[in-house]
Amino acid sequence: MNFEKIRSSLAYQGVLLGGTALLTTAALALAARATDADIHAAEARDMKQSFAVVLPGQYDNDLLKDTLTLNGPNGEVTVYRARKAGQVEALVYKVSGNGYAGAVDCIMGIDRTGKITGVRVIKHRETPGLGDKIEAAKSRWIFAFEGKYLGDPPADKWGVKKDGGVFDQFAGATITPRGVVKAVKGGLEFFDKNRAQLLDGSAPKEVTHE
Amino acid sequence: MSNVYARISRESLWDNNIVFAQILGMCPTMAVTSSATNGLGMGLATTAVLLTSNMIISAIRNIVSEEVRIPVYIVIIATLVTLVDVSINAWAHDLYKVLGLYIALIVANCAVLGRAEAFAAKNPVLPSGMDGLMMGLGFTFALTTIGAVREIIGAGTLFADAHLLLGQAFSFMELKIIPDYKGFLLMILPPGGFLVLGFLIAGKRVIDRNRAQRAVVAETPAAEPVAS
Repeated sequence: MNFEKIRSSLAYQGVLLGGTALLTTAALALAARATDADIHAAEARDMKQSFAVVLPGQYDNDLLKDTLTLNGPNGEVTVYRARKAGQVEALVYKVSGNGYAGAVDCIMGIDRTGKITGVRVIKHRETPGLGDKIEAAKSRWIFAFEGKYLGDPPADKWGVKKDGGVFDQFAGATITPRGVVKAVKGGLEFFDKNRAQLLDGSAPKEVTHE
Repeated sequence: MSNVYARISRESLWDNNIVFAQILGMCPTMAVTSSATNGLGMGLATTAVLLTSNMIISAIRNIVSEEVRIPVYIVIIATLVTLVDVSINAWAHDLYKVLGLYIALIVANCAVLGRAEAFAAKNPVLPSGMDGLMMGLGFTFALTTIGAVREIIGAGTLFADAHLLLGQAFSFMELKIIPDYKGFLLMILPPGGFLVLGFLIAGKRVIDRNRAQRAVVAETPAAEPVAS
């Protein structure tokens, strides 16, 4: 029996497809294993960079390893705690709002008195040129949150100007800043509600999380 | 033999360019060409996939049967794209943040399967590799050109953020073509991609026609004495 004939037999097709799947899966498994550590390291480096941006100042612990998981407005929130001499001085966590084109993910830093130290948008799909002014690289809008807390402005003023609040909207894009303001307000309310638990540093210092 | 490679290069880079002549791979073309840097990055990633997929598929062309060749090719291409994806994520993480979302789109680029089917499945490994490389470079050229036009008109810059793609040494490429430019949003949004692509394809047709006419003019005097 020559190869031509075997190649057109039914069994050969199954063997060929199975063999291809097996080999490619093996290649992918090897690649996943080889890159896993580097990808995690790169992501951790990214997180550290964004911590430094929303939380200026020096802290003497590794925020990535000092976490707390609580139930927030949209499911579980992982809170990273910054300490000085063992005491929780500030917190960083992600908040998410609804923009014009889906979720807008932000990271915010807040000190132990409840004042915002910084907010940055880390992921969004807003319209370039209109909604993307929420990025720190495009506009200074996002810096308006620094130093604000629930009470300054008062809770009913936590909105864009169009809704009677104090924060600017953009010409041609109201939904995006509205979503971000709402997300940040939600973050502050989350802090307010869980203040005791968040600032209680007695929990084991090294908490691993999934 | 070198003649074959020269022909492959000319075909791939210009005459049969994936974007400007075959009009393939429109999905990544439209999605990423909002800047020249994005176009260049996507083009290079696609070139890597095209080169390796063409060579692998050419190497196994005799054991793959006619009946199941398409699923076999697609699985191989998808695997290669995933390998490129995780490699960039692990070892060029800054670039991944720019291109990450679009790398997976290379699977959807029918030009890759097209080259596998039209060339690699019928030719030896080396010419297939050459075809993949040159088709990829032609694709890169097209994407970078579209990206450059859209970026200059849309944002007034050229190769912005090139250092994320090529490293700090290349930050000299980042030019501000038009100072104090307010931007022209249409060009950055998807319609701009279609407009620029249309004009560039038309431009290529004009160049090709002029060249063909010149070739005819050059030939006619030689033919005349025979006629008279």
